[in-house]
Amino acid sequence: MGAEGGELGTPVGRRVVLGLLGLGALGVAAGPQVSSALGRVSGALSAHDPTGLSSLIPGNGFRYYSVTNDFPYRPPSTYRLRVTGNVSQELTLTTSDLKSMRRTRLTRDFQCVTGWRVTGVHWEGVLLSDVLDAAGADTDQHALRFFSYDGAYTESLTMTQARRPDVLVADTIDGQPIGRRHGGPARLLVAPMYGYKSCKWLSEIRVVDKVVPGYWEDLGYDVDAWVGHSNGRSDAPTS
Amino acid sequence: MHPPADGLPRFTVVELWVHRTTAAIVAVLFATGMTLYYGPLSVLVSRRALVETSHIVAGLLLPLPFLAGMLISPELREDVAALGRLTRVDRLWLRRRDRRRAGLPVGKFNGGQKLAAATMAGAGLVLLCTGLLLLAPVRLDLPDGVREGATITHDLFTFGVLLLLGGHVWLALRHPQARVALRTGVVDRSYAEREHAGWAAEVAAPAETPGT
Repeated sequence: MGAEGGELGTPVGRRVVLGLLGLGALGVAAGPQVSSALGRVSGALSAHDPTGLSSLIPGNGFRYYSVTNDFPYRPPSTYRLRVTGNVSQELTLTTSDLKSMRRTRLTRDFQCVTGWRVTGVHWEGVLLSDVLDAAGADTDQHALRFFSYDGAYTESLTMTQARRPDVLVADTIDGQPIGRRHGGPARLLVAPMYGYKSCKWLSEIRVVDKVVPGYWEDLGYDVDAWVGHSNGRSDAPTS
Repeated sequence: MHPPADGLPRFTVVELWVHRTTAAIVAVLFATGMTLYYGPLSVLVSRRALVETSHIVAGLLLPLPFLAGMLISPELREDVAALGRLTRVDRLWLRRRDRRRAGLPVGKFNGGQKLAAATMAGAGLVLLCTGLLLLAPVRLDLPDGVREGATITHDLFTFGVLLLLGGHVWLALRHPQARVALRTGVVDRSYAEREHAGWAAEVAAPAETPGT
C-alpha cells in the first residue's frame, strides 16, 4: 500500500456521485419552481443588461425551434402575406399594409407544450378576424390553414377559434419588430393555445371547408390545443 | 510529443484513449448544446436537424469509452477505485494552503483530483439521465413538470460542468508535465516526486519493499 500506509480511505467518490444524482432528481421534480425562480432573476437582470448575455441564464424565456434545417428569413421589404381560398377577394399584404390596419395589443403568457412558459409577453399586430374581414372570408366555411414560408410548417384553426379576440397576425413583440428567431416579419399568435399553434414565418392564410391537421398535429399533438386542457397537460390557461 | 527522459509510467494506452475520446465527445456536446441553447448562435449556425442529431448521438456515446476501458483495462479499474476514496493524506492536502509544498505523501491522485472526478461523474450521469428524459416522446404523457424539470436541470448542470471543465483546463495549462503524462503515459520523475510523492516512491521501489 506504499506511502498511504494501508489506509483505504473513505468512499467519498460514491457519496458525491449519489448526492449529485439526488440533486438532479430534485431538480427534475421541482423543475417548474426552479425555472420560474430563475426566470424572475434573469428577467430582473436582463432589464439592466445591454449585452443580451443574460439570455444565457436558463429559465429565461423563449427557446427557439425550427422544423426545417435552418431559420428562414424574409426581410420586411419583400415579405408578403397572402389570404386565399374561399374569400371574396384574395389579398396580398405587405408589412406596411399590416401597419395601416386597425392595430391590436395583447399581453399574454406564452406556453410551450414542452413545458416552458414566458410570462407577460407584449404582442402587437392585426386581429386575424380583421384580416379575414378585409378579404371577405366566407364565414360559413369551417376552417383555416396556415402556411409558413419555411416550406414545411403548417397549422390549422376552426373559423370560430380564428375569430376570437386573442388571435393575432402579430408583427411586434415586446415593443420590437418580430425578428428571424421569433418567426418574423409576421407570425400567428393564438394566445389561448400551446405555442405550436402560433405558426411562425407566416406566409399564407387559406380559408377551407374542413380542418386539416398541421405539422405537429400529424405527429400526434392535439388539434384543439387549449393551454391546460389538451396534450395531457394541466398548465394554467394563458387567455 | 516525446515522453520525459527520466519518467515514471503513469497511464496505459487504453487510459490515454479513454481520455481523448471522452474529451472529443464532450467537445461535440458542448458545441452542439450551445448552438441549440443560445438563440443568436442557433440562427448563425442553422442546420438544426444536424446539430440536434449530433448532440443526441454524442450524448449516447459519452459513457462508451469509459465503460469499454473499464472492461478491458485493470489499470483503469484500479485508478477509478483510487479516485473514489479519500485518504487521510487527501484530507490534509485539501485542507492545507501549502499543500503543494508540504511534502505530503500524496498517492497517485490528490484530493482535488478525486473530488473533481467524482463531481464530473455524478454531473455527467445527471446530464445523461435528464437528456434521456428529454428524448422521451411527448406521447408518453410524462407528468407536466417532468419535461420542464429535466430541461432546467440539464441546463443548470451543464453550466456547473462547464465551470468544472474550465478549472480542469486551467490546471492542465499550469501543469505542463501533467499534460505530457496524458499524451505519452509517462510522467516526469521529479514532477511526480513533488506532486505525488507517495505514488512516486511506490512506483520507484516496487513490491519487494512494501509499506515504506
